[in-house]
Amino acid sequence: MNHYETVFILTPVLSDDQMKETVEKFKGILAENDCKLVNEELWGLRKLAYPIQKKSTGFYCLFEFEADPSFIKKLDIAFRRDERVIRFLNFRLDKYAVEYAEKRRRLRAEKASQTPAEPVAATEEAVEVKEK
Amino acid sequence: MAAHGEIRYLTPLTVDTKKKKYCRFKRSGIKYIDYKDPEFLKKFLNEQGKILPRRITGTSLKFQRRVAQAVKRARHLALLPYVTDLMK
Repeated sequence: MNHYETVFILTPVLSDDQMKETVEKFKGILAENDCKLVNEELWGLRKLAYPIQKKSTGFYCLFEFEADPSFIKKLDIAFRRDERVIRFLNFRLDKYAVEYAEKRRRLRAEKASQTPAEPVAATEEAVEVKEK
Repeated sequence: MAAHGEIRYLTPLTVDTKKKKYCRFKRSGIKYIDYKDPEFLKKFLNEQGKILPRRITGTSLKFQRRVAQAVKRARHLALLPYVTDLMK
């Protein structure tokens, strides 16, 4: 079992329900292949730095999970087959990344308990703390 | 006449004592560079969005590789542009 992280961008043309359904679908795929979902973040609709498939915004979603290496190929194919996903990235976290991810998660949890729903601000502050 | 040929300065020249560059990751103990944070990564890019060389930022080789990796991931996910003008 390795630690993996995956980020994917959904098309902005989807309605809220469709979007949730897509996220659920991928969560389902993870569950089917007995992966342990560690963290899940929805960054919401964000502006893209450059247009992808002639779209200037996208819905970002991040999963962090533990899985078998053989599963990643399957996940790749699932992302490619789904035309609602316009971009995705899967990669394995090394030991420093796992440490950082844990810290980030803790910070986000603290943030969430203080002021709910501020996903973007939380990440920026996390880095400021890190720099000191 | 030879004495006039010499250039005289009114104020003594300030010869820049070169500031020693350092690797900010080593100094502050950052182990992992997050690709999810484009604002931080912009410190390692020039106006056109190209990755700055080590000789300018002073990053150590180990972390330059990681910066490059993070920037490339961010570009792939459209968090940073591949090419642009006047980024900052």
